[in-house]
Amino acid sequence: MADPLELTVAEAAAEIAATELSAAEYFAAWRRAAAGDELNAYLWTAPEPNGEHEHLEGSLGGVPIAVKDIFVTRGVPTTAGSRILEGYLPPYTATAVRRLREAGGRVLGKTNMDEFAMGSSNENSAYGPVLNPWDRGRVPGGSSGGSAAAVAGGLAPAALGTDTGGSIRQPASLCGIVGLKPTYGAISRYGMIAFASSLDQCGPLTRDVTDAALVLAALQGRDACDSTSVGIEAGVVAPSREDLSGLRFGVPQLAEEGVEAGVREVFEATLKRIEGLGGEIAEIELPNSELGISAYYVLAPAEASSNLARYDGVRYGVRRGGDGDLLEMYESTRAEGFGAEVKRRIMLGTYALSSGYYEAYYGQAQKVRTRIAEDFDNAFAAVDFVVTPTSPSVAFELGAKTADPLAMYLNDFFTVPMSLAGIPAISIPAGLAVPDGGGAELPVGFQIAAPAFAEQKLLEAAFALETAIGFNREHAASIPWKGANRG
Amino acid sequence: MIDRDQVLHVARLARLRLAEEEVETMVGELSGILEHVDRIGQLDLDGVEPTSHVVALENVWREDEPTPSLPREAALANAPDPQDGAFRAPSPQAE
Repeated sequence: MADPLELTVAEAAAEIAATELSAAEYFAAWRRAAAGDELNAYLWTAPEPNGEHEHLEGSLGGVPIAVKDIFVTRGVPTTAGSRILEGYLPPYTATAVRRLREAGGRVLGKTNMDEFAMGSSNENSAYGPVLNPWDRGRVPGGSSGGSAAAVAGGLAPAALGTDTGGSIRQPASLCGIVGLKPTYGAISRYGMIAFASSLDQCGPLTRDVTDAALVLAALQGRDACDSTSVGIEAGVVAPSREDLSGLRFGVPQLAEEGVEAGVREVFEATLKRIEGLGGEIAEIELPNSELGISAYYVLAPAEASSNLARYDGVRYGVRRGGDGDLLEMYESTRAEGFGAEVKRRIMLGTYALSSGYYEAYYGQAQKVRTRIAEDFDNAFAAVDFVVTPTSPSVAFELGAKTADPLAMYLNDFFTVPMSLAGIPAISIPAGLAVPDGGGAELPVGFQIAAPAFAEQKLLEAAFALETAIGFNREHAASIPWKGANRG
Repeated sequence: MIDRDQVLHVARLARLRLAEEEVETMVGELSGILEHVDRIGQLDLDGVEPTSHVVALENVWREDEPTPSLPREAALANAPDPQDGAFRAPSPQAE
């Protein structure tokens, strides 16, 4: 029999349902794999099963899934990568995790992340950086870096992440796996520790597009606990499309500076493949997208500064300076509990919202957001999808960008506009490329974006393209999760 | 773009105490970021509607059916200093 850890989620669930694979043995095998984590991908791994949450009925029946440590899970340590939540045991469970379990999935572990999801390299975790399984001297991307590394490194068959400005798609790209950010509102945010509430969205990181569809189908839907959740009315099923005929793919003319030569080559080759499958490539304009980073780094920190006001040492989490007065306690708790990037964003957001600057920053950024969304509306009148590289570069070396916050923010150049517009976008591995600085080949992601709630259409196109690219087959010799390369 | 006094003022608003070296770093880093972000401050966007939320939602209503709330013990389980069924915090007045 084939190595069970090489099965996709869809394959494993089918084998468990057909009783060809023992769910208990499969879970135990994944627990052993997760326990051997050398990438610092996990902050917590599941103990021996105790009978709780162990039904096998459902589309994910018996499949263990890693969950980003931003999802509160009753009785399971949840830190969001922050020192300020060290030791926190949530009294309730996020809707996404509840739905995962209702579909028969099991929580395999909680994955490392940039503190409060703020970062593009996972170097902002209070619990140490995550290593990229393709090259342990490089970052896995962020903020869902632990989830991406776990899936790519053979430590989990699939994972949940969250994406505020690219935090699912960029790490998926840097780790050579699939990452889907659904439409804002597709999946409930209840129990997802808030970073920027108008942008945060949960989504899957998986080995292939079919698994992304399977996990999305289990998680999506309206939730009474999140009034902004609307679900995907038409539902989601496993994709099956084989060609792209009749579909138009828009390529925006965006600033090419900062895009690595190897990334550009893989991107161009992927456009050729789309044409080979009968798809049509069209140039489009997204004139305001280049303002995306500026708008995002006003809006997201502004919302974060408000959301993170709750960490004050009173109701949960760490308290410092409790012997002084209340202000002393607040300031000590937050000074010692938050890391450098979180402080930077709180400062940025507080400044942008402060009296005298509100209109110039926050007000303007909200208007730019309108313009960016209108650009996509106009584009989708002419094309079915918008495609870009997911990230301007392949995985970069640990420490390469930590001294320059702005350089780090520019990693999100291609992913932020879709977040601002609230539309779905997927990153699929499209090939390998040598980094600009030289070295071994690393994965390159290809991003496809679609109109709001057009997830099924997006998954169908991604599936056809994924099949034609054959990344997991073509690069089997170097893919870290493949049996021979594991560990 | 932003000077030392402004950084200290904003830090106080945000209830963040910054160490001396953090203040210096913050002045440089925030200025760099704000310079980049300032591109949007220059745009003429009169008449453009601001977007606070991307999904066009009306009020969401539900039946007013009472359901159990989080039990008091569960709500207090993570409190750094619970006392008599409540959260205890230091006095706002310095001793």
